[in-house]
Amino acid sequence: MKVTSNNILLVTVLFLIINLSVFTNEFLSIENIYDMVNNYAVLMILSCGLFVVLVSGGIDISFPAITIITQYVAISFIQAYDIGFIFMFVVSIITGILLGLLNGIIVNKSNVPSIIITISTLNIFYGALLYFSKGIWLYDFPEWFSQEYILLKKTTQDGFEYGISFQAIIAIIAILLTYFIMNKSSIGRKIYALGGSKDATARMGFSVLKLHLFVYGYMGLMASFAGIVQAYTLQSVAPDSLLGYELVVLAAVVLGGASLSGGKGSLFGIVLGVILLAIIQNGLNLLRIDSYWQTVITGIIIILSVSATAWGQYKNKGSKI
Amino acid sequence: MRIKIDNSIKYLLFLLAFSVAIFTYLIPDIFWSIDNFQSISTQIPILGILTLAMLIPMITGGINLSIIATMNACSLIIAYLVTQNNTILFIIIACLLGIVASMIIGVFNGILIAKIRVSPILATLGTMTLINGINILMTNGSTISNFPNLILSINNESLFFIPIPMIIFILLSLFVWFILEKTTLGRSIYFVGNNEKATFYSGINTNRVIITVYVLSSILCCFAAILMMSKLNSAKASYGDSYLLISILATVLGGINPDGGKGKVIGVIVSLILLQIIESGLNIIGISSYITLILWGSLLIFFVFIQRDHNK
Repeated sequence: MKVTSNNILLVTVLFLIINLSVFTNEFLSIENIYDMVNNYAVLMILSCGLFVVLVSGGIDISFPAITIITQYVAISFIQAYDIGFIFMFVVSIITGILLGLLNGIIVNKSNVPSIIITISTLNIFYGALLYFSKGIWLYDFPEWFSQEYILLKKTTQDGFEYGISFQAIIAIIAILLTYFIMNKSSIGRKIYALGGSKDATARMGFSVLKLHLFVYGYMGLMASFAGIVQAYTLQSVAPDSLLGYELVVLAAVVLGGASLSGGKGSLFGIVLGVILLAIIQNGLNLLRIDSYWQTVITGIIIILSVSATAWGQYKNKGSKI
Repeated sequence: MRIKIDNSIKYLLFLLAFSVAIFTYLIPDIFWSIDNFQSISTQIPILGILTLAMLIPMITGGINLSIIATMNACSLIIAYLVTQNNTILFIIIACLLGIVASMIIGVFNGILIAKIRVSPILATLGTMTLINGINILMTNGSTISNFPNLILSINNESLFFIPIPMIIFILLSLFVWFILEKTTLGRSIYFVGNNEKATFYSGINTNRVIITVYVLSSILCCFAAILMMSKLNSAKASYGDSYLLISILATVLGGINPDGGKGKVIGVIVSLILLQIIESGLNIIGISSYITLILWGSLLIFFVFIQRDHNK
C-alpha cells in the first residue's frame, strides 16, 4: 500500500475508532453515533465548501458570517410568512450565493490575496448582521421546522429513535454535490487547474472570473446549507454563534490534506479530516477528559499534521529552500 | 518601488485629511477637544504594537495569527507572578520571564515555518490553537486581577502630557523602523519577502532571518500584554480576540503587501491613526460600532482597488 496522507489519516481514524470502542462503552452505541453525525454535519458541509475554495488556490474566511446571515434571513422569513421547507431553502440559498458571488467578484477584480479580501468582507458582513439584527436571538420556530425528520426511522429497545436525520441528509447531499463537481465535471478540472496555475488557466482560454464566481458562490451555497442545519439542530439563531469557527473548519480541511497553495486535496481526505476531528473531540468527551484539554489537543494535532505534510513535501522536492 | 510606497501613504494621508475634515465639519467642538485626543491616544498603543507584530512577518511574506494568543500567554504569566509578590524586583523579573516565554513561542513558530516549511498561516494557526488551549487549561478560564500599582501606573501616568503607553508605542515603532531600515537584518527581511530562494543563494541565512522575525513579533506581543494588563487591571485567556483581524486590516491598509517585500512602518502608523479617528469620530456622532466595522472593511477593499489601479 502506498503511503499517502489519506492512508495515514485512514489508519489514524481506524486506530482511534478501535481504541475508543475498546476503552469506552458508549462510543459505538447508536445514540452516540447518531448525535455525532447530527452535531458535526455543519462542520462537514462547510468543509466541503472551503475545500473547493482551497483547491482553487484561494481561501475564504468570511463564510461563518455568510452562514449566520443566511440563517437569520431564512428564519426571519419562516417566522413572518408560512412559506414551507422548499421556499425557506430558496431564500437562504439565494442569500448565500449572492454574498459568495460578492466575494468572488472582489477577489477576481483585485490583485491581493483572497485572505485579505475575505477578512474585509467578514468585517462588513458581521457588522451589517449585528447592526440590522441588533444582536437579537431568534427562537420560536414554526412547528414544521421544530419536529424531527428521520428517514428510515428505527427505535432502539429503550426507545431511542434513530435513522438518517435531516442533518445527515443535507451533509450527504453536500458531499455528493462536491464529489460530482470536483471529480466528475469539467468545471472541477478547471478549478484544480486554477489552483495549479492561474496564468496557465487563463491562457488555456478558461474564464478566471467565472471560476472565481463559481468557487465563492459554491462556498456561499454550502454556507446556506450549514445555516439551516445549524438552526434546525439548535432551534435558535444567535448572531455571534459561529464567531471564530472559520479556523476550526480550516483545521479540518487542512487535516484532510488540502493545501493553502491550491490545486491539491481530495474530497475523501476532507471527509476523513472532519471525521478525525469529530472522533477526537467526541472521544475526549467520552473519556471524561476535561474540556479545557480539548483545545490543547486540537492544537497539537493541527501542528503535527501540517508539519508532517510540509516536511514530506520538502523532502520530496529535495531542494534546499 | 519607492514611488509606489509613497503613493499608498499619499492616499492614506488624503483619506486621513478627508475624515478629519468631515468630523471637523460635523462635530468641531468635541472632535478637536483634548478629551478626544486623549481617548484616541489610549486606544492606539495596544492595537499599534500588535500591528507592528503583524507587520514584521508580513514583510517576509508570512503572517502571525498567534499574536493574540501570545499576548494573553505573556499577560497570564506576568499576572500570575506579580499577584504572588509585588516587590519591584519581582515585577521586573516577571516581565522578563514574560519576554522569555514570548521568545520561546517565537522560536517555535520560526522553526515550524523556516525549518519544517509549514506555511505561515497554518503554522501560526496551530500555535494559536495550542497556546489558547494552554492558556485556558492553566487558568481554568478564570480571570487574574488586582495588580500592583507599578503595573497600573503605566496606563495612568503621562510624561509631558503624552500618556506612557503612547510613549512606549512610539519607542517601539522607532525600534522597528530602525531594524527594518537601518540594519542588515532589515534588508534581509525585505529580501526574503521579495524572493526567498534568491536571498538564500546570495548567501544570507534565510532560516535565521525568518526565526528572528517571528521572535521579534512575539516579543512585541509581550509589550502589548503589559499595556493590556495595565489598562484592564486583569488578565484572561480570551482577551483581545477582536484585535487579530483589525491588526491585519491595519497592516494591509498601511500599504504592506501580504505577499511580502513591501511596506513601511510609517504607513502602518498613518493607517492606525486613520482607523482610530474614524472609530472615535463615529462613536462621538453616535453611530453604532457595527457600522464602524463595515466602514473599516469597505475602506480596506476600496484601498486595495485604488492601489491596484495605480500599479497597472
